[in-house]
Amino acid sequence: MVEETLSAEEPTVETKETLKVEDLHVYFHTYAGAVKAVNGVSFVLKSGERFGLVGESGSGKSTIALSLLRLIKPPGRIEGGSVYLNGVDLVSLSEEQMRRKRLDEIALVAQGAMNSLNPVRRIRDQFLLAFGDHDIDVKRSGFDDHIGDLLSRVGLGRDVANMFPHELSGGMKQRVCIALAISLSPSVIIADEPTSALDVVVQWQVMDTLRRVQEDLSASVILIGHDMGLMAQFVDRLGVMYAGRLVEIATVRDMFNDPLHPYGQMLIASLPSLESRKDSLQGIPGITPSLLNPPSGCPFHTRCPKVMEHCKTVTPELQEVRQNHWVACHLYEEA
Amino acid sequence: MSTLLEARNVSKIFGGGLFDKSRTVALEDFSFQIDTDKPSVTSIVGESGSGKTTLARLLLGLVAPTEGEVLYYGKNLERLGGSDRKQFLRDIQVIFQDPFEVYNPFYRIDHVLDTPIRNFGLARGETARKELINESLEAVGIRPEEILGRFPHELSGGQRQRIMVARALLLRPKLIIADEPVSMVDASLRATILGSLLRLNREFGISLIYITHDLTTAFQVSEDIMVLYRGTVAEAGDVDKVVREPEHPYTRLLVGSIPLPDPDLPWEGERAIGRPAGELGESGEKFCKFNDRCPFAMPMCVQSDPPLFQTHANRVTSCFLYRESPELPMAKMTSIFKSATREGPPEDTAQLDGLDAELEVSQENSSTPTGGDD
Ligand SMILES: Nc1ncnc2c1ncn2[C@@H]1O[C@H](COP(=O)(O)OP(=O)(O)O)[C@@H](O)[C@H]1O
Ligand SMILES: Nc1ncnc2c1ncn2[C@@H]1O[C@H](COP(=O)(O)OP(=O)(O)O)[C@@H](O)[C@H]1O
Ligand code: SF4
Ligand code: SF4
Ligand SMILES: [Mg+2]
Ligand SMILES: [Mg+2]
Repeated sequence: MVEETLSAEEPTVETKETLKVEDLHVYFHTYAGAVKAVNGVSFVLKSGERFGLVGESGSGKSTIALSLLRLIKPPGRIEGGSVYLNGVDLVSLSEEQMRRKRLDEIALVAQGAMNSLNPVRRIRDQFLLAFGDHDIDVKRSGFDDHIGDLLSRVGLGRDVANMFPHELSGGMKQRVCIALAISLSPSVIIADEPTSALDVVVQWQVMDTLRRVQEDLSASVILIGHDMGLMAQFVDRLGVMYAGRLVEIATVRDMFNDPLHPYGQMLIASLPSLESRKDSLQGIPGITPSLLNPPSGCPFHTRCPKVMEHCKTVTPELQEVRQNHWVACHLYEEA
Repeated sequence: MSTLLEARNVSKIFGGGLFDKSRTVALEDFSFQIDTDKPSVTSIVGESGSGKTTLARLLLGLVAPTEGEVLYYGKNLERLGGSDRKQFLRDIQVIFQDPFEVYNPFYRIDHVLDTPIRNFGLARGETARKELINESLEAVGIRPEEILGRFPHELSGGQRQRIMVARALLLRPKLIIADEPVSMVDASLRATILGSLLRLNREFGISLIYITHDLTTAFQVSEDIMVLYRGTVAEAGDVDKVVREPEHPYTRLLVGSIPLPDPDLPWEGERAIGRPAGELGESGEKFCKFNDRCPFAMPMCVQSDPPLFQTHANRVTSCFLYRESPELPMAKMTSIFKSATREGPPEDTAQLDGLDAELEVSQENSSTPTGGDD
């Protein structure tokens, strides 16, 4: 076990942008109309950084994750925007070119991935399936060594290669999914709610593993979830999603110590703690808006305690209102 | 003082004989009492497979204990007669993890609320029926017109779970057992559901058993807590003591693994206690269930199982590190709980102030539900 604690160290992040998402729009075309799941999202992921995307269910987080790998299936469609990965716009690539990028440069541990391992295949074969898209000679000698190495890097025994998914605990399956994701040393790893079904001790182990392999590879990570505690302890910077939009982006410390967006403020204020029980059972009043008919103007105006008249008609843009602190809210616009 | 529900040295073993590989001791020698005169909120916390649901099912009479007995007003659940049985089914209500499973997708929401009214003859006539439903829904912060006439899929997960709380309230039970009631909903919605449960405790005097794997919410809602590990009680008593100053190595590990929502606090996980001790010699027939993961394990930990040691007026710990403290028989465990030893109502009721305001705002603000949050 490594000695330093997960959260204590300061991020040593170069300013190089590994991933740059610009004005991404992703809609699901349902019989009832277009569900605007991702509605103009922009952010950058710096090299070596851990970035969090937090938001309630249905706010569009998984849709972003799938879009970054171009895995959105009909009736979903990327309507517009760009995703630059190491300078190349993924949105403009052919399917064949994109296939080679996956796993090799950008990998996803999808939401619920550990439960979608093929139940009748041994773990070894799951690696072979994953490599099928790449020009890798899986018959060459030493290939089993490679799988063994990957498994031991995520803290599993080499013998796990010969086991079936049902022989593994939830935490072990999630480690297998991480091993699969890092198998071709990608520069970006996206983990979509990787621990939401796991016990808290196992969650810590899995996140510790993810952090370790990320540092080994000098990769960047996007962690998706709704648990602010996990974000506080794992990421360097955090983006808050609300109804298909990013409403605030800040370093994790600025976000927790000085949230600016009214939604971000309520999110932080409602966090349960082990310090005091007073007021700890406050949620955020009101209901998440429909993405089919999103409210006009600011998406949060139906629940915002500071709503102003023009919030109902004019959509606020994400702006850098303090250094490295971006907010989409009319309260912070110059008069 | 009358005892509503009591588990007396209950064990539950699944699977066959001693040498059957599939044999699982889901719960071992567990005792517990709920009294009617002091409404209490007790949490049962443990990792998956620790026996929480088995315990709930035993208390509900859904499974029979392998050893020991479960008593309702002193009568064995397995031998409850007709009218006692009916009263039991009314007095003890349960809320499970996934409310969606309870709902029939083809019936409107009204159906899940009407069924208990019909089965128990709770209201005579349409006006009384409506009044009862409205009153229950409002107690959990839901406007009746917002949900009645709708289908389950048209509601959010948070609303569905609050309707289950309202449904339980219809029967004015003495005890609600809630088994992971918020595990399937977003963190931001949990507060409201738990708040509605707490309100039933404070306003209607209903006792709660809150079962969860989440120490943080357990800390927030309950007065007393029991930490289960592989079917045995590791540590129990005053929630402030257990969560803020954990003693049992497993509780310390649990608390250290919680990712606290403050980037300046450490997240130690396994480092909170250290590596397992390793070689302890041959294991006897009885042993501490945590010995293979415990950094402090001693040879005695594999020779017998630790009893409960009472380390404080309101706390017991089942660990030989505390063997200087007096032993407390399992059957007496709940007698040292805060809910049993305090005079009058629980101390901090402040936590509901904010909730009342919130329920009001949510009633004003709620627009058409969209099911967007599940
Ligand atoms: N295949 C699909 N068809 C129609 N709507 C979808 C589909 N997938 C997701 N959506 C909708 O897109 C929105 C965002 O979903 P998602 O990205 O999964 O959110 P999150 O991961 O934040 O919970 C939701 O309203 C969801 O109902
Ligand atoms: N019906 C059953 N048959 C066999 N084993 C069971 C059954 N129900 C529970 N168990 C076992 O008993 C143990 C405790 O399970 P459970 O009470 O569901 O734990 P928890 O609710 O804490 O996750 C587990 O090992 C589980 O596999
Ligand atoms: S733009 Fe207006 S409604 Fe939106 S968050 Fe800011 S103040 Fe509230
Ligand atoms: S009894 Fe022994 S093995 Fe068990 S928790 Fe205590 S010190 Fe560790
Ligand atoms: Mg998702
Ligand atoms: Mg359970």
